[in-house]
Amino acid sequence: MYPRSFEYVSPGSLDEATSVLASTEGAKVLAGGMSLLPLMKLRLFSPDVLVDIGRIPGLSSIEDRGDHLAIGAMVSHAATASDPSIAEHAAALATAASWTGDVQVRNQGTTCGSIAHADIAADQPSAALALGATMVAASAGGVREIAASDFFVDTLTTALEPGEILTETRIPKQGGASAYEKLGRRGGHTDYAVAGAAVWLDVSDGAVSSARVALTGVGAKPTLAEGVVEALVGTDGSGAAIAEASERALEGVTVLDDLFGTVEYKAHLAKVMTRRALQQAVAAAT
Amino acid sequence: MHVSLTVNGQRAVTDVEPRTLLVHLLREELGLTGTHVGCDTSYCGACTVILDGKTVKSCTMLAVQAQGAEVTTIEGLAANGDLHPVQEGFWERHGLQCGFCTPGMIMSAVGLLSENGSPSEDEIRHGLEGNLCRCTGYHNIVRAVEYAAAKMRGEEPPAPEWEEASA
Repeated sequence: MYPRSFEYVSPGSLDEATSVLASTEGAKVLAGGMSLLPLMKLRLFSPDVLVDIGRIPGLSSIEDRGDHLAIGAMVSHAATASDPSIAEHAAALATAASWTGDVQVRNQGTTCGSIAHADIAADQPSAALALGATMVAASAGGVREIAASDFFVDTLTTALEPGEILTETRIPKQGGASAYEKLGRRGGHTDYAVAGAAVWLDVSDGAVSSARVALTGVGAKPTLAEGVVEALVGTDGSGAAIAEASERALEGVTVLDDLFGTVEYKAHLAKVMTRRALQQAVAAAT
Repeated sequence: MHVSLTVNGQRAVTDVEPRTLLVHLLREELGLTGTHVGCDTSYCGACTVILDGKTVKSCTMLAVQAQGAEVTTIEGLAANGDLHPVQEGFWERHGLQCGFCTPGMIMSAVGLLSENGSPSEDEIRHGLEGNLCRCTGYHNIVRAVEYAAAKMRGEEPPAPEWEEASA
């Protein structure tokens, strides 16, 4: 099915792209298009203008900048999933990217696009949240950094303003270890998550010294599970400590049901996925 | 808008509306109807083509996004009248029933084998996760890809299961 008619612009530079966005009512950024184009084909969304950032130089690389990794706006899920530095410093994101969509979607869709789209069942937003990522947004007015904890506002809603482009996602090189676990809608890890959990933690002197846990698919947005962190930090990270902490995954979280699970089922899954991801991260960190 | 790209080794230049999807450019402008449209939700993979070396769903890409790209469709696989080993595998191992998903399945299999010449059965099934067969004929599709993988490695493909069963 064809989308509704729109005007298409393919800027050659970031400055040109932000100036088009600033001066054009109803313009929308197109990167890989794996979320945007299906919405447009179903006519759930019909922007007047598409600004294709796919031909802007310098947005397609993953850079090691010493204290962080920078994932450019056009880096595909497949590239994120197979990058050695992401595997080393952001295993949760590498795993989440490798379980996003299917082969063809991973070849064309982008990590930053998934984060900017902020589908509640998408894997990489919660991985970015658990890893303490920073999003870099460019507009005609300049560049600003947004912490992941401030970035996800609501379902399909982020802190990005209409004239802004998410140009890169920065993952701190913070030591410790991270992991991601999910149950996909088609079983195993395939398709969107029914529920999932991303965790990052650090261990020193035999105790969990700090941690972040973020849930996929259960609330209205990728959500930090503060109760788990409170229960886990200071423990030895044993199976018993993890099991007890995982029980607190839904403290302060309003679980929403959908076609793929009831509130009870998703709540149960969130705890199971949290436990599994914590076990992996503790094993990797020690 | 003006679009020029290379399709199956031939340069194609055409004017399209921005909303024209790559699959419609291939089918309606270039007459390459081997690439199928199976769904409107980007799930089924019947429209899979290879674009600059990677499999993509041509129903979920604007034709203008393919400006300057090299595209291979199912029509571009056979050379000099000889089927591509993956096409031969689907023929030899009954990798199709109704045939609707077949072009997309074959293109995804070609993409998979270009990255992994010796995939396990599990890797084949995961490598084809973006392609749906409404006849549920996955079993022989996997056998077809195993046949092609062996052929492309220069090895004798495994005997068909129906011969093993009757032996």
